[in-house]
Amino acid sequence: MALCALLSLGAQAQLKIDITRGVTDPVPVAVVPFSRAVPADGGLDVAAVIQRDLESSGRFRALDRGVMPAQPNKASDVNAASWRAQRTDYVVVGRVVPGADSTVQLQFELVNVLSGQVLLNESVSVAQASVRNGAHRVADRIFEKITGIRGAFATRIAYISVDGAPPSQRYQLLVADADGENARVAMQSNQPIMSPTWSSDGEWLAYVSFENRVSAIFVQRIRTGERRQVSARVGVNGAPAFSPDGRKLALTLSGSTGNLDIYVLDLTSQTLTRITEDQAIDTEPAWSADGQTLYFTSDRGGGPQVYATAAQSGARARRITFGGSYAARPRVSPDGRMLAVVMQDATGFRVGVVDLASGQITPLSRGTLDESPSFAPNGSALIYAGRDRGQGVLAMVSVDGMISSRLKSDQGEVREPAWGPFLK
Amino acid sequence: MGAVLEVTCHNTEHPPAGRAEERQLKQKSPVVMAVLMVAALLAACGSKKPTENPAETATAVPATTESGTQSAGIATVDASSSTAGQGALGPDGPLGSQRVIYFDFDSSEIRNEYVDVLAAHGRFLAGNANVRVRLEGHTDERGSREYNIGLGERRAQTVKRALALQGVQDAQIATVSYGEERPAAAGSDENAYSKNRRVEIVYIN
Repeated sequence: MALCALLSLGAQAQLKIDITRGVTDPVPVAVVPFSRAVPADGGLDVAAVIQRDLESSGRFRALDRGVMPAQPNKASDVNAASWRAQRTDYVVVGRVVPGADSTVQLQFELVNVLSGQVLLNESVSVAQASVRNGAHRVADRIFEKITGIRGAFATRIAYISVDGAPPSQRYQLLVADADGENARVAMQSNQPIMSPTWSSDGEWLAYVSFENRVSAIFVQRIRTGERRQVSARVGVNGAPAFSPDGRKLALTLSGSTGNLDIYVLDLTSQTLTRITEDQAIDTEPAWSADGQTLYFTSDRGGGPQVYATAAQSGARARRITFGGSYAARPRVSPDGRMLAVVMQDATGFRVGVVDLASGQITPLSRGTLDESPSFAPNGSALIYAGRDRGQGVLAMVSVDGMISSRLKSDQGEVREPAWGPFLK
Repeated sequence: MGAVLEVTCHNTEHPPAGRAEERQLKQKSPVVMAVLMVAALLAACGSKKPTENPAETATAVPATTESGTQSAGIATVDASSSTAGQGALGPDGPLGSQRVIYFDFDSSEIRNEYVDVLAAHGRFLAGNANVRVRLEGHTDERGSREYNIGLGERRAQTVKRALALQGVQDAQIATVSYGEERPAAAGSDENAYSKNRRVEIVYIN
């Protein structure tokens, strides 16, 4: 039977990011250890979290603490020349200080030591238990100031972990920080769990569970563990996807005839609207950001390809992907211009992106069994699942294919990552 | 895991040692006759392969009719594993080792080697309307997961249709697709894949 609670995991259950390929000319940055005036902050090394975030993006190279010319905590104490001598362009300094009502303030400054300019002088206020999240938010601001791209370090990922050998396996749905830390079990079962997906407000997950030996779709409030079974109809109940306004769920049903088609379920009224009606397998719906279009996988033309249809009516579907033998499981980029897909080429199954304007499809990952791509909320990268030495692993790749990283896990097989939205 | 009941049965050649209430249940059942007529009709007018099915049905009909009237061919439902070795569906019986149907890559077509196996399951089920099966469809790990759920369901439906041709009632068959989520064998090679592309016939009651 399934348990739903946010159970804390031991340290062994964490994922760690390893850069496998970065940009050729990463930005040199130094993140100086923050001074600490708050004994109750848990002793977290805030600067280390910020540094790891920046490095994990593949766009930054951090200066080793051992060779820092000094460890100032204020921009006014930064001697620009001494940092330039270490070939550093940017220096981050900061202080952890007590705030009102048992909060903690992370005060930080970003200095361009080439110009001597202070680019940021800000403060992030968090609860004492959330200092790590605060550090991610600092990293987000620094990342955005230097790259022009909104940072996505203070976001979360959901994924499935599986341990044990077939046929007796244990399945867990986990929610972790985007850097893999802080993993919590949202749900576990000795029957498969699959297809986790976020609501756009980041409050809910929808997923498929076989805990009753047949498929059923659940929605679960992450914070409380409260959950609701929203579809347990005869046959397949699969591929849930929240509408952008969170009021509806697109899903796949087969009925007793076994013909998979896409439906939209109104979560308030329980009204079910059929979207596709075709003898083929129609599944894996994904909403456009405006909620007007549903992209989905169908093998109506022979092999699986991605199609688009009107989300209200299911009016005549048009094919989106051409030129390959296999393109499936679309996910829409935050700017609506691209789809991430699973595609097959001569080397195997890879994740790639489809430019919706040109129809051009570009493979991004380099594995042979890659799947389940999910866009970072800033659209800069994809997280996806692959296999390495017989083990399911998670990896990331930038949408230009230049940067790739691996989320290392020693907790067994991990799969089906879903990157959550920006947190409010 | 829920309780999975092991089903054993006895064919007409081996008189039943089943429980009395099971025999009574069978004796009372007019459904068996109806099923057989449906099977004959299906075979006569619904088959795309007229050379194959009428012959099979013809042999099935007298055999099961006999079992219906003589209260032979009774399915004994037994949750214990001690009797699992007996009967047609036990490991030593004609269907015992044949509860898994394997498929080619990206295919839901029944291979020739399984036609007789499915016909035997079909005849057994048609003659035992109180016995139900769950057809569990599976795929190998390649490709996207929810699409594979679709492929697994398609395989389960193919097996369901093959059983229906023998006169098995719709209500006797449930299908579930696990896609690639419950592999029988670990590994990312054809050896494992060929074991994972399958439909398992699970007897429940």
